Amino acid sequence: MINLLLFPIIIPFFFAMILLFFKEQVVIQRVLTLIGLALSLVASFWLIATVKTEGIQTVTLGSWPAPFGITMVSDMFSALLVTTTIIITFFVVIYSFSSIGVERERFFYYPAILFMITGINGAFTTGDIFNMFVFFEVLLIASYLLIVLGGEKRQLRESIKYILVNVISSALFVVTVAYLYSIIGTLNMADISVKIAEINQPGIISVIAILFLIVFGIKGAIFPLYFWLPNSYAAPPIPILALFGALLTKVGVYAITRTYTLFFVHDIGFTHQFLMILSLLTIIAGCIGALAYFDLKQIIIYNIIIAVGVILFGVAQMNTSGLEGAVYYLIHDMLIKGALFVLIGIIIYATGTSNLREMGGLIKTHATLGWTYLIAAFGLAGIPPLSGFIGKVLITKGAFEADHVIGSIIILASSLVVLLSVIRIFIYAFWGPQKNELPVRDQRTYRQMMFPAIMLVLITVAYGVGAEWLMPYMTDAANVLADPSIYINAVLKE
Amino acid sequence: MEFILAILVGILFTAAVYLILSRSLLKVILGTGLLSHGAHLLILTMGGLGGNAAPVVLDGVTDFADPLPQALILTAIVISFGVTAVMLVMAYRMYAVHQTDNMNELRGNDEHD
Repeated sequence: MINLLLFPIIIPFFFAMILLFFKEQVVIQRVLTLIGLALSLVASFWLIATVKTEGIQTVTLGSWPAPFGITMVSDMFSALLVTTTIIITFFVVIYSFSSIGVERERFFYYPAILFMITGINGAFTTGDIFNMFVFFEVLLIASYLLIVLGGEKRQLRESIKYILVNVISSALFVVTVAYLYSIIGTLNMADISVKIAEINQPGIISVIAILFLIVFGIKGAIFPLYFWLPNSYAAPPIPILALFGALLTKVGVYAITRTYTLFFVHDIGFTHQFLMILSLLTIIAGCIGALAYFDLKQIIIYNIIIAVGVILFGVAQMNTSGLEGAVYYLIHDMLIKGALFVLIGIIIYATGTSNLREMGGLIKTHATLGWTYLIAAFGLAGIPPLSGFIGKVLITKGAFEADHVIGSIIILASSLVVLLSVIRIFIYAFWGPQKNELPVRDQRTYRQMMFPAIMLVLITVAYGVGAEWLMPYMTDAANVLADPSIYINAVLKE
Repeated sequence: MEFILAILVGILFTAAVYLILSRSLLKVILGTGLLSHGAHLLILTMGGLGGNAAPVVLDGVTDFADPLPQALILTAIVISFGVTAVMLVMAYRMYAVHQTDNMNELRGNDEHD
């Protein structure tokens, strides 16, 4: 069916609108949200199967011919990301049933999540640069609601900064699109790529490439534009933090990947070198932050920044291994960050604090939580056969093939820092004597919270163990990134 | 004409950056308003200021202004309008809760203040 690739965008949107009518009926909201996400999940798996058998799917809205209408394009890369997004949201929504509290649920929590998913899936699927701006705004405005929902003192203080940074980056996005339009005269991404190839990327296009890097770098938190992220993400409750950490920065990473593999491929020596240096600095900055804090949330938040750096380093190599590794690592990182945030949420729920120094001895009372967390931590660091391994191996391989030895060494060293930072949580929170009296918690709520966490960790384990089986999909995704003409031919076909 | 508008956009951006870097939250929000004005004018300018007639299909008119940037601006205007409304309400709530609109007093995190 030709409209299939719109379903993961339309279904959450449709359900979000229905939910607006059930403000007070929390049970109806929960059920409808789950149904909506389950339907989207089915649609997105179907989409993956279709893209696998029939190649890139495109829909040009309103049947206008390709460069003139808005094109929605689903290649394997975006289909995989859309599916990952919906999987994570599904489990985080289940987690929030028992953790977010009914006051927030009554004030449009679920519609905001579904609208945010609409925006994220739209941004992953669109084939039009201005449409991408619009979908960015859809997801950002929903995220403004989510980050401030509840109106605690700290949330209000940090969300003002979050909104301000994003408003500025949105204005920069508009400016960049304006510059691009004045030179290229089109907004369709495939057509832009063709036109840039025709004029062979003069200096002004490289300037626009750097502007795009700044715009998407603010969204995706690369060095030196990550300054807003640690405090803002620490403000909202855990389920919202899990969604943000797993999904929002990755949209920025996706946008950088897409523009740098589709548009700006003619002067790699400048633009991609720049991207590579920034990504390495991002990794270093993230590593410093991840080691500096004794706060659970901050440690994992800085791990987001490290992962963004690793993925972009893979993209900057522009060879098959590097791109394949970047795709692999991107999806791994979305899944594992979702799992880790949910897990530290449960640790915070069990101990009543997010300060590592006040914890200890949890393994005696919460053994399942401890071992699940340990698996997730090993997965994050990339210990084979868990999910972080293949991605990093491929990225490092790509870097060695491109003779970026120092970069590869930094990537490998960063894995050690990542492992140290998350194992430190394990050692402080689970080993040793019990420091403080644990607050009395409802066992049923705890089990309800554990279910989505265990499911997410199991999915990451399956993702790592089933690497062989997933490889054809990743290869398809990387092929489109490595060779823009596949994308262009699919969109601009007669 | 494009040159003059480019200078004007530059002035708007300068003023916006100056205001955004100020201490008062309300000035910051005014700055974002100027920033979006500048961005919208820039789209119009970069689309080219050629064309004599408004982009409306009429008999005998062939020299239209480019309709695409105008559609883009219209979209960007309503988006920035919505975001500014959200931001103003949040600034109001924040003033009610924190009793200050000085950005310098809104630092730190709960563990340390």
